[in-house]
Amino acid sequence: MVDLLEKYRAAKERHDLLASIGVDAVGLVNDRILSPTRAIIGGREIILAGTNNYMGVTFEPECIRAGQKAMEEFGTGTTGSRIANGTYSLHGQMERALAEFMGRRHCMVFSTGFQANLGMIAGLCGPDDTIFIDADSHASIFDGCRLSGAKVVLFRHNDPDHLAKRLARHDPGKGGRLVILEGIYSMLGDTAPLRDFVALKREHDFQLLVDEAHSFGVLGEKGRGLAEREGVEEDVDFIVGTFSKSLGGIGGYAVSDHPDFEVLRYTARPYMFTAAPAPASIAAALCALKIIREQPERRAWLRTLSERLHAGLKAEGFTLGVDEISPVVAVICPDEKAAVAMWNGLLQAGVYVNLALPPGTPNKLSLMRCSVSAAHTEEEVDAVIAAFVAVRRQLVEQGLWPRE
Amino acid sequence: MSVDRQQVEATIRDLLAGYNKDGVELTPETDIAADLNIDSADVLNFVMEVEDAFDVDISLNELSDVRTIAQLVDLVAERVGA
Ligand SMILES: Cc1ncc(COP(=O)(O)O)c(C=O)c1O
Repeated sequence: MVDLLEKYRAAKERHDLLASIGVDAVGLVNDRILSPTRAIIGGREIILAGTNNYMGVTFEPECIRAGQKAMEEFGTGTTGSRIANGTYSLHGQMERALAEFMGRRHCMVFSTGFQANLGMIAGLCGPDDTIFIDADSHASIFDGCRLSGAKVVLFRHNDPDHLAKRLARHDPGKGGRLVILEGIYSMLGDTAPLRDFVALKREHDFQLLVDEAHSFGVLGEKGRGLAEREGVEEDVDFIVGTFSKSLGGIGGYAVSDHPDFEVLRYTARPYMFTAAPAPASIAAALCALKIIREQPERRAWLRTLSERLHAGLKAEGFTLGVDEISPVVAVICPDEKAAVAMWNGLLQAGVYVNLALPPGTPNKLSLMRCSVSAAHTEEEVDAVIAAFVAVRRQLVEQGLWPRE
Repeated sequence: MSVDRQQVEATIRDLLAGYNKDGVELTPETDIAADLNIDSADVLNFVMEVEDAFDVDISLNELSDVRTIAQLVDLVAERVGA
């Protein structure tokens, strides 16, 4: 008999080796969460600087009360899918609020952002269609493509010329074409050159889907994302997003002005065959959306802090993933071993960031992926920078990090 | 483009050299990902280089049937009419 888990032996050995260096990064447990930026981990208070909690809304008293109230009124769970017994008035309210916020006619709420991508991509595309995706796309985009059965063609990360070449030599046959981009790419924090991509629509026929998972709430005057900031919302046919970052909850959504958009409600299987998000989660996210709408100063503060972290780390001689200012700040480590040591050192020093290693990262980079929250203070950002400097000093002494 | 199968294979071997860190000896039966220990992200980078070199598209779906150098050569050769 072939043991089915045997194929993961190499992955397991690598994981066990990395975990043996210190704390197991993929098994990390937050024992308590004190605030959007503080947790108790391993008995100590830690500054959280890798949570995607961009708007810092997870402990807003108003949102907590909204969640509690919804749970009391609607119960703990929906026990059914959106197309059966799982759609409550709350789901409709959230869909209307999101559609209005995004300036779109239609909105569908999914159970997670991952499922929103699966449902949208596999709902829109079938075996006759072709999907063009950025080589650095999120796992949910790759998996949505696979689920769709469509032909999938990759283009180089953020390279509109490369996409243009692919579109030009591709014969669509009888199928449609979908191009998929992300607003902010989650690993390095860079944005897609959206206007250049949109310009390709003048020469080539395709529909465009943008995943604004990390840019929703963060970019644009109203916080709608990259398409808003770049002034090209009309050219983006479908936008996907998540509740799990700026909205501080769990759930996903897609919006569009397409007149037939609603057919996806009874054709997109990841929408149809999973339980609808829990009442408390929807109500809290609805409240968070209101806060994002009413408090644009959060976005401005996030930007100020992002600049502070970016400039501070750079001034200390760290190499960052991109020059662009973004709430995602990725510090490039010399190698995987240095990254694991840096991550453990930071945790020891009271700072949590994301450890991101290949193949989950672009260009084989080993990263300390930080994300800034509007709930951070300047002092917390400075403490993060100071921790990076102190830990690097230790690693240089141990020969794990090159001397400058 | 008029290239023959041998040229296709030669170009693919050249491109693969950049990913063959351990200097594994390449044969038509070499399993590109497993034998050369190339991770999934680099397999995609390598394939994009192949696509650009021959000005063809190789979709992810087609790629899922390709394991060895010979299979990739077959696919590209068919695409460029070699
Ligand atoms: C670009 C992108 N899309 C989709 C998702 C999935 O969102 P969710 O956490 O809601 O499943 C994520 C992150 O989790 C992401 O980074």
